[in-house]
Amino acid sequence: MYSLHAITDSIQNWLSVRFSPLWVLIIESLIVIVLAIALFAVLGLVLVWLERKVAAHMQIRLGPNRLGPAGIFQTSADTLKLILKEGLTPDGADKLLFNFAPFIVMIVAMLALAPIAFANGFQIWDVNIGVLYVSAVSSLSVIGILIAGWASNNKYSLLGAMRSGAQIVSYELSAGLSILTIVVLTGSLQISDIVHAQQNGWWLFKGHIPVIIAFVIFLIAATAETNRAPFDLAEAESELTAGFHTEYSGMKFALFFLAEYINIFIVCAIGATLFLGGWMPFHIGDWTQFNHVMDYIPSSIWFFGKTFFLIFLIMWFRWTFPRLRVDQLLTLEWKYLLPISLFNLLLVTVIAIMNWHF
Amino acid sequence: MFIKEYITEIAKATKSLWTGMRLTGHYFIRLKTVITEQYPDNRDTLKMAERFRGEVTMPHDENNQHACTGCTACELACPNATIKVITKFELTPENKKKKALDTFVYHLDMCTLCGLCVDACPTGAIQMGQNFEHSVYDRSTLTKKLNKPGSKIREGVE
Repeated sequence: MYSLHAITDSIQNWLSVRFSPLWVLIIESLIVIVLAIALFAVLGLVLVWLERKVAAHMQIRLGPNRLGPAGIFQTSADTLKLILKEGLTPDGADKLLFNFAPFIVMIVAMLALAPIAFANGFQIWDVNIGVLYVSAVSSLSVIGILIAGWASNNKYSLLGAMRSGAQIVSYELSAGLSILTIVVLTGSLQISDIVHAQQNGWWLFKGHIPVIIAFVIFLIAATAETNRAPFDLAEAESELTAGFHTEYSGMKFALFFLAEYINIFIVCAIGATLFLGGWMPFHIGDWTQFNHVMDYIPSSIWFFGKTFFLIFLIMWFRWTFPRLRVDQLLTLEWKYLLPISLFNLLLVTVIAIMNWHF
Repeated sequence: MFIKEYITEIAKATKSLWTGMRLTGHYFIRLKTVITEQYPDNRDTLKMAERFRGEVTMPHDENNQHACTGCTACELACPNATIKVITKFELTPENKKKKALDTFVYHLDMCTLCGLCVDACPTGAIQMGQNFEHSVYDRSTLTKKLNKPGSKIREGVE
């Protein structure tokens, strides 16, 4: 299988010959920062465009189609407009927290990017508690949202932020439990171990029905954790104008918007890594010939293909389902998802102990 | 039994969610379901619906004749004084005075396009037109005279 290890190792060697270890670390960090920011910018532009296109076609419309082929440059133009706009801070707002909140949300999104394996041998930080790290860090974004809602000094913002808090705290549970099913099957929290465990087939197919149930629960919980419809109570337009970012404008609003899409990408990347094998090509057991053909498709294409498939699923949910009420939201989590995922975890544990999976 | 109800509820919910997703998915894959009119681009081929109410028009036939008797039923029917019918008296061949239309004044800028005048007309002299591009730089050009110059009432219309 083609690996990007060669490239990363050669950069490492080239740098360590010429610089002291400290400078090597600094330069490598700079490279990673540049790559991460570039990925953020491109993802933001592409995902917003994709969302508008998907939404339009699901509503029998056309969507952006004027600027560039199929309107692909529309989001670039919108970003340019947002940069040129005034970033207004309301008089009654808590100035420091108000201006700080978008950055917290953004930093959290950036931190959660660290352990994700984008391709074979292309991972920023292969920490041994990768899955735990991502689920811990991604729940920090609720602090940014709460700060934004509180500092705005606006009742709609505060209501939206509180709803968002209640929602993320509840759905964290079933997301965590469905992640645990894969951890139980793999026996490791490290992302690279999880990917390598799917060498002979993705967990979604190897783990029988319990893993499929866990996958569905993960998708629902991921949709809720990213505050997207049908769980977008935090910014319910018809009730709270725009929820926690009502008072934000210009680039500060754009940061919230960007962070939302980056978070979608991250949860979908995690879902793809855990259930669909990350960058691992589609392998079937010991069909060596078939597996070999599949290996010709680069691993980064597999990773982004799976991730974008999950992103499309989440967009499909958004443009099909109506928004839930708060009580329905909590009923769904505490009466349905949580008991099912607890029972499901038990089943998966039995499967793992008895070695019933393929 | 509780467990049975619980599971049937989940199954029903899944089925109903899938029904919705199938519909949006259906629209998503089939690009020809798009109903957007790309207006300024398709101006030449644009076809408005038959029932569309764009403006009040008075059709004239090839002899420059209309069907308006000047009865002012439309003027009375109009809720916001959009129509002003000015009548005159003409001499019939038998040397009798007969009421006839002189000028049919139509204030498009006041019209709500409700169509009550068309319903009220006893002779079908006015219709709702399809044209909707009414924007002008001068408001006074929206006050229109609907009967063409030199036009007459059609023979036989009473």
